[in-house]
Amino acid sequence: MKHDVIERNTPLMIVLIIGAISFGTLVELVPLAFSKQLATPVEGLEPYSALELEGRDIYIREGCNTCHSQMVRPLRAETERYGHYSVAGEFVYDRPFLWGSKRTGPDLARVGERYSDAWHRAHLYNPRDVVPESNMPSFPWLFENELNAERVPKKMETLRSLGVPYTDDDIAGAVAAVEGKKEIDAVVAYLQQLGTLIQARR
Amino acid sequence: MTSFWSWWIVILTSAQIVLCAWLLFGNRKKDSGEVKTTGHTYDGLQEFDNPLPAWWFYMFVITIVFAIGYLIAYPGMGNFKGVLGWTQINQYDKTVTIADEKYRAMRDRYLAMEIEDIAHDPEIRRMGQRLFGNNCAQCHGSDAGGSYGFPNLMDDDWLYGGSPEAIKTTLINGRKAAMPAWESILGEGGIRETAEYLLSLNNREADAEMATAGARHYQTYCVACHGTEAKGNQMLGAPNLVNGIWLYGGTREQIVHTLRNGRNGVMPAFAQTLSEDKIHILTAWVYGLRKETAP
Repeated sequence: MKHDVIERNTPLMIVLIIGAISFGTLVELVPLAFSKQLATPVEGLEPYSALELEGRDIYIREGCNTCHSQMVRPLRAETERYGHYSVAGEFVYDRPFLWGSKRTGPDLARVGERYSDAWHRAHLYNPRDVVPESNMPSFPWLFENELNAERVPKKMETLRSLGVPYTDDDIAGAVAAVEGKKEIDAVVAYLQQLGTLIQARR
Repeated sequence: MTSFWSWWIVILTSAQIVLCAWLLFGNRKKDSGEVKTTGHTYDGLQEFDNPLPAWWFYMFVITIVFAIGYLIAYPGMGNFKGVLGWTQINQYDKTVTIADEKYRAMRDRYLAMEIEDIAHDPEIRRMGQRLFGNNCAQCHGSDAGGSYGFPNLMDDDWLYGGSPEAIKTTLINGRKAAMPAWESILGEGGIRETAEYLLSLNNREADAEMATAGARHYQTYCVACHGTEAKGNQMLGAPNLVNGIWLYGGTREQIVHTLRNGRNGVMPAFAQTLSEDKIHILTAWVYGLRKETAP
């Protein structure tokens, strides 16, 4: 074939380039988007409560996910340290997922119930109070800022339109569940439920 | 995966490989010996039209052969599992089984031994240190020295008891402290008086008059858990108040704060996360701590 034909015909070249680079996406991503296995929650998985949802958004706002991954890979070294490896069904209601790809701090996929609430509060206020070697930043403003309860029902409705099974009661009760609480309460509530559905002794 | 998506993957992947091969072989030029150009000329510069160097060409061939070999051996072609039967999870299970077999004998040996006998075993010290670093150090400190609100494990002062059995029970079931908040009952004045009494018990500077009033509060409310001599009660996890060790700080204001708001320290349970043998090793390690530091 004469490459002259392609080189002198830009539209044809564009089409061929798109075709050439689409194979990976078509083979690896498109079938997953329709996969039932990935959309089936693990047993007992509930959508985030109003408070946990707020905590998750603060977690994203503060960029926790840039230093903490949320996925335990199926490698013995990881399961010995963190617990059972992560499975797809645990993240069905995560939009966006926070698996991450870099661990400056430890993985948090199974941090729920691992420490007491008091530990989390002390640690977030100033990590070095409890872990002198830590290089994690302090987040003292979480203890000052009050949550904005108004916007929680809207968030939940948006998530519901994307397929998260919130009931009308969940949404109606959201403001009351969040009102008057501080940001730290939400973050701790979020952290304490992470990965608690699957437990394995190691 | 449904068979539709399986075939989708099989067909697209095969098509991709065939296309690559076709592109490679279909455009292959023979070295005819003469110098050819593409005919492009820019400001007198001409573009050669030589065949691909042989080493380069064969590298492409190798990638195609590798891809085919890979897709036969490993899962990739839709629902086809690959002739090796490899999966991420069975590879993981295999490493876990190998490690289990390697360590089982040692584990069983230690499990059969008494905590007191193995607490100073050098191997236990090493393994315990690792387990502690991963599971306990976040609260109790990497040297087990504790921090504000999290007990020091080296000082031989035990909230819930320091016998091997008590330490093991703490590890397995966790602990929940229940020091109530006294503000609504004692009021600010009553709390201040009680704090003065506690200071006087420790032979520290205290207002004598307030301490006398505080003693009455103590005998009414505090004595049930902390005991008549204020030496605490390990059945309840009530700390000794006269040994100078203050989990939440021993300044006047810190004591007042504790009385006013209560304290509910939590030790998480490890029954669901650590296996029996690891709890045994950790118990031995923690039990061995104080003897290590004793003069």
